[in-house]
Amino acid sequence: MNIHEYQAKALFEKFGVPAPKGAAAKSAAEFDAALASLPEGPTMVKSQIHAGGRGKGTFTNGYKGGVKFCKTKAEAKEIAGKMLGETLVTIQTGPAGRKVQTVYFTAASDIKKEYYLAILLDRATSKPVIVASTEGGVEIEKVAHDTPEKIHKIVVDPAYGLADFQVRELIFKLGFNPAEAKNAAKLIRNLYTCYWETDAAMVEVNPLITTPTGEVLALDAKVSFDDNALFRHPEIVALRDLNEEDSKEIEASKYSLSYIALDGNIACLVNGAGLAMSTMDIIQHFGGTPANFLDVGGGASKDQVIAAFKIILGDPNVKGILVNIFGGIMDCNVIAQGIVEAVKEVGLKLPLVVRLEGNNVAAGKATLASSGLTLVSGDTMADAAQKIVKLVAT
Amino acid sequence: MSILITPDTNILIQGITGEFGARHTRLSLDYGTKVVAGVTPGKGGQFFEHKEHKVPIFNSVADAAKATGATVSAIFVPPPFAGDAILECVDAGLDLAVAITEGIPVKDMIRVKRAMQGRTTRLLGPNCPGVVTPGTGKDSHGGCRIGIAPGYIHKKGHVGVVSRSGTLTYEAVFQLTSKNIGQTTCVGIGGDPVNGTSHLDVIKQFNDDPETHGIIMIGEIGGNAEVEAARWIKANCKKPVAGFIAGATAPAGRRMGHAGAIVGGAEDTAAAKIAVFKECGIEVAATPSDMADALLRAAKAKGVVLT
Repeated sequence: MNIHEYQAKALFEKFGVPAPKGAAAKSAAEFDAALASLPEGPTMVKSQIHAGGRGKGTFTNGYKGGVKFCKTKAEAKEIAGKMLGETLVTIQTGPAGRKVQTVYFTAASDIKKEYYLAILLDRATSKPVIVASTEGGVEIEKVAHDTPEKIHKIVVDPAYGLADFQVRELIFKLGFNPAEAKNAAKLIRNLYTCYWETDAAMVEVNPLITTPTGEVLALDAKVSFDDNALFRHPEIVALRDLNEEDSKEIEASKYSLSYIALDGNIACLVNGAGLAMSTMDIIQHFGGTPANFLDVGGGASKDQVIAAFKIILGDPNVKGILVNIFGGIMDCNVIAQGIVEAVKEVGLKLPLVVRLEGNNVAAGKATLASSGLTLVSGDTMADAAQKIVKLVAT
Repeated sequence: MSILITPDTNILIQGITGEFGARHTRLSLDYGTKVVAGVTPGKGGQFFEHKEHKVPIFNSVADAAKATGATVSAIFVPPPFAGDAILECVDAGLDLAVAITEGIPVKDMIRVKRAMQGRTTRLLGPNCPGVVTPGTGKDSHGGCRIGIAPGYIHKKGHVGVVSRSGTLTYEAVFQLTSKNIGQTTCVGIGGDPVNGTSHLDVIKQFNDDPETHGIIMIGEIGGNAEVEAARWIKANCKKPVAGFIAGATAPAGRRMGHAGAIVGGAEDTAAAKIAVFKECGIEVAATPSDMADALLRAAKAKGVVLT
C-alpha cells in the first residue's frame, strides 16, 4: 500500500525524521489556513498523487509542473488553485493521469547539497538494507547504472538492529561535516525505526538535503507498506486513498480475485499467480496483447468466476477472452459449470477460448460442449493462446 | 532415491483442524502419505479421523515429534501466527518445515530466517505448494505429498522439478507425466521475497541425487535466485536442465499475486534471466507448454535417458 507525501511526512514527524514544515489542503477553502501555519517567505506547492515525476509532469489543462517553487505565500495560493482538482500526467501515471485531490505546501529550504537515502528489503540476504548516495535529487537507477561506486549499502542484522558503527560508516561515506553528522545520524536511526516499526516495504527520501546552517532534512518522502502486515497497523490502513487505486482492482479484491489492468485486448482468467503471469506471456508470444492479469486463486467458485467475467468485460478494450484453468484439486466440471453460468449471466458476445486441464477434465469438457455456447476449446496453453490470438485478429 | 522426503517420511500437520489444513490432510492420507500427527494448540488429545485413519492431535510440535517420530511439518497456520509456527519446528529440531501459508508479513520472515541461522531445520516456502515425492502405485499413490499439490498428476521417475509457482509446477509435472516421464521429487519453493530454500539449494540436491537424471527449473521475474542457480549449474551440473521464466509481460513495479515477482531493476527482468539461462547452457522453454519438450531436447543433446 502506498501513501501520499504529506502523509509520509506526518509519519516522519512521529518518528523524529526532520522535514521542512508543511501543511496539506484538500479544497481551495483550506489554502489560507494551511499557509497560515507556515513561515513567511518562499514556499513550495506540491501536487499529491501516488506517482513519481510530478515536477516534470503536465496537467491536462496545459499547466506545466506538479511541483512549484513560489517566492511568496500569495503566489503559492494562486499556483495551488491551478493544480487542485486538475489531472496531472507524469511518466509514471500513464496518459490518463491522476486527479490532484490534495496539494501540500511546504516552507522552501535553502539547499546546500542533495543526497539519496532509502531503506528496503535486500532479497539476496533477506535482511533490511539502507541504500544511500551523495547523488540525490536525480533518478537513483541512473546513478546505480552509471556510477555504481556512488551507491553505498548497509545491510542491517535484524537480530540486533541498526548498529552505531554502521550509522558512522554511512556518515563518513556520504561526507557530512561534523555539524551535519550529528543531525544526519539521528535522522538515519529514526528513519530505520520508522521503516521497521511500521512494516514498511520501502521508505525513500530523495532528496535528503543539508542546509547552510547544518540542518539535515527529508525534502521528499515516499513510503509504501507490506500489504501482508496491514492487519496489525489500523492507523496505516486509515491512510489508504481509494482515489489512487483502479476501481476494477478494488472490485476484484472484494471477491478475493487478484486483478491488474494492462493495455492489451485479450483478457485472461486463470487460477494461480505463476500460471496467470505465463498465460499473459504466451498470448504475447503468439502475437497478441494481454488485457489483464487475473488470478482467481485455488478455489474458483461460481460466484468468483461470474465476478471475474464482469470485471473483465468492464474494460472496453477487451476483444476476446482466454480462460486457462489447471484444476489440480478442483473438479474441472464444477469450473466448467461456473463458466457456462457466468457466460449466460453476463451475455457474452466476444470470442471465448477455454483451456481446461486436470481433475475430472472429460466431464468438464463435455459440459462446455453441450452448453450451447459458442466457445472454442483449447487443448494446451499454446493451442488455446494461438486460437484466441487468431480470433481476436479477425 | 528422492530429495528432501521419501515415501517413508513421517509428517505432522500444523493447523490440522482448520478447514484448509484438514482438506489437504485428507488428500495426503488418500495419497498414502504417512501423516502421523497433527498440531492444534488446545486440541491436544483429540484425533483427526478420516476413513480408516485416526491421526492423534498434540498441543505442540515438540510433543507431536516426540510421541510419533515425525520429522517434517506441513504448516497451514493463518499468516499472523505462521512465523511462530515455523520457529516451533526449528525449536523441536525437525528436519524440514514446509510453510504453505500465503500472506506472512515480510518482517516476520526476516526475523524467522535470521533465527534459523545455525540451526538444522530446513524451511520450504512460505507461500508454496509444498513438495511431492511420487510413489509406485496407481497415479503415483504411496508417495509423500506435503502441501496442496494434486498427487495423482505425478509419476515416479527421474526428473526433478523446482519452481516458485504452484500451478506452473503442476503444468510442468502434467506435461512430463503425459509423456510418460516420471519425477523424483517436485519442489515448490514459494513466491515470497524471503523464503527458506532457494532454487540453488534444491538444484544442488538434485545434482547430488543419483536417481535424478534431468531437472526443470521454473522461475519468475524479480530477485536474482534463478540467475544464481543458473551460474552454479554452468560450473557444476552435468545433468540436462530446462528452464522457464514467467512474467515477461508483467509491468514493472506491480505485484502479480506473488510478492516476490516484482521487477525492481534491469537484472531481474524475464529477458535478463532468460539470457543468463541460455549463456549457462540451460534449454529455455519458449512457452509454458514447452517445458517438458525443452527438457527432452536438453536430455537428447547430452545423450541422457529420462524415462
